[in-house]
Amino acid sequence: MDYDAFRHFADSWGLIYMFAIFGGVLVVLLLPGAKRRAQEAANIPLNDDHPLEEERRS
Amino acid sequence: MQTTGTRHTGAAIVLAVGALLTLLLAGFAQDSLFRVHMGVVTVALGIAAIVALRRISFSGGAAEDTSGYMDGPIRVGAIMTVFWGVVGFLVGVIVATQLAVPELNFGPYLTFGRLRPLHTSAVIFAFGGTALITTSMYVVQRTTRARLFGGSLAWFVFWGYQLFILMAATGYILGITESREYAEPEWYVDLWLTIVWVAYLLMFMGTLIKRKEPHIYVANWFYLSFIVTIAMLHVVNNLSIPVSFLGTKSYSLFSGVQDALTQWWYGHNAVGFFLTAGFLGMMYYFMPKQAERPVYSYRLSIIHFWALIFLYIWAGPHHLHYTALPDWAQTLGMVFSIMLWMPSWGGMINGLMTLSGAWDKMRTDPIIRMMVIAVAFYGMSTFEGPVMSIKAVNGLSHYTDWTIGHVHSGALGWVGMISFGAIYYMVPKLWGRSGLYSLRMVNWHFWLATLGIVIYAAVMWVAGITQGLMWREYDSQGFLVYSFAETVAALKPYYVLRIFGGLLYLTGGLIMAYNIWMTILGRRRSEKPIAGAVTAAAQPAE
Repeated sequence: MDYDAFRHFADSWGLIYMFAIFGGVLVVLLLPGAKRRAQEAANIPLNDDHPLEEERRS
Repeated sequence: MQTTGTRHTGAAIVLAVGALLTLLLAGFAQDSLFRVHMGVVTVALGIAAIVALRRISFSGGAAEDTSGYMDGPIRVGAIMTVFWGVVGFLVGVIVATQLAVPELNFGPYLTFGRLRPLHTSAVIFAFGGTALITTSMYVVQRTTRARLFGGSLAWFVFWGYQLFILMAATGYILGITESREYAEPEWYVDLWLTIVWVAYLLMFMGTLIKRKEPHIYVANWFYLSFIVTIAMLHVVNNLSIPVSFLGTKSYSLFSGVQDALTQWWYGHNAVGFFLTAGFLGMMYYFMPKQAERPVYSYRLSIIHFWALIFLYIWAGPHHLHYTALPDWAQTLGMVFSIMLWMPSWGGMINGLMTLSGAWDKMRTDPIIRMMVIAVAFYGMSTFEGPVMSIKAVNGLSHYTDWTIGHVHSGALGWVGMISFGAIYYMVPKLWGRSGLYSLRMVNWHFWLATLGIVIYAAVMWVAGITQGLMWREYDSQGFLVYSFAETVAALKPYYVLRIFGGLLYLTGGLIMAYNIWMTILGRRRSEKPIAGAVTAAAQPAE
């Protein structure tokens, strides 16, 4: 693949590929239930102080 | 079960063999610089081997407790971060003084030309890099609820990276350099960093894979993008052919404008993925922890992530405006830089709004104040950067001290302050202390550092614009009005003021070092609690 072909690949299919991923991310974030899942994920750092010990007990 | 005794035995053997190998390399060296450099490494590895030997316990030693988080390398990392910070700021003040008082250049080893890369690497790679490796180990364990993958691998990553810093720093003083900005170390040091970085990626990915928490928290995405992208940038930018297998000198695989673009593709993404993405990972964990509330919008953080990593990688050409680089590539770099406003400010708003409903903590908690000013500087420097990437503005700002001011508002303001916040948060937890030695000293650190940055950045704005305008001043005949020496002389007062800004920032760093040291020793300063603070951490220990 020479420079010219590479460049045209990048600014057509490469661009579409990246836009598709970004669009996909937006869709997933707007699906029903996404807000609740996001809130759960956002709380991960706040529940992490001694989880390994808790696991050993259970 | 591995014991601490066997771990030190293994380390001692590896270090001793390493010292022997580098001694051989020194013996067969092609040039004297390579010999001296390898000698330095031999001494370092030898001392490390002796330290490891003395720590071997022949009674077998207690079995290492591997059930909890692996915090050993993180503790050493927190101390080293503070140490490298102070060293980096000190060298910064020294080079600033050399610019104002040229008589202080002592050749050949202690000239500005050699100390300047020592300063940039000490703050970016030694201070910033150690802070990133340390906090990433802390965050990934706590957000995946899993112990670091690979056992002693984490120790190898940590000390291997410190050895890289030592080789880079001693190389600069000796005059061993590839002259690539922010990538000055020569080919053999680059190879060593590649090995360490692959081990780092293995350790981080391995921990993610064995995670107990189903969702991968967004801070880890930022850390992972930092690790992966830096690996790619480092390898491509450092593609070079050594002149000799046992010599210092190498030549880049690229030439001319291709080489320049590769260099700035690396250089700008070092800013984007080392100094931005990595430290955003820090922000997304330590800000919610210190504020005791979740990030403002988790969904915005995901959009922030993808937009940032897709856009940043294209912005490098804005460093090469009005050069031999094709015009379309310059415009591309400019356009992508301007588009970066959106994710940058999305992230800034997300960080700041995490405090919504808890703004009173700004008044009562100096650590939160530090994190907020960090995010505010992130917002300011990511606003200024795109402005400077516009060709018309760049025509004035490029090659002037405005650029230096911009870099420092990002580095001192954003990178420095968010790292200080993370260190102040982590250290009491890592050593099991109920709080820091002194919160009032954090407050002092905050104000000294903030004042230092404001002075530094403001002075460099004035200096840069003065310089830019003087360079382009024509008379009616079309001749340049000022000689270069005249523009240099005009900057002298600003260079002196800059030293003052740097000294304030360094003083803040020294106060932090003392505060952290006392916290580790378990002391508690008897001081008046900060007005309005109700948290238990703010009460003096009885």
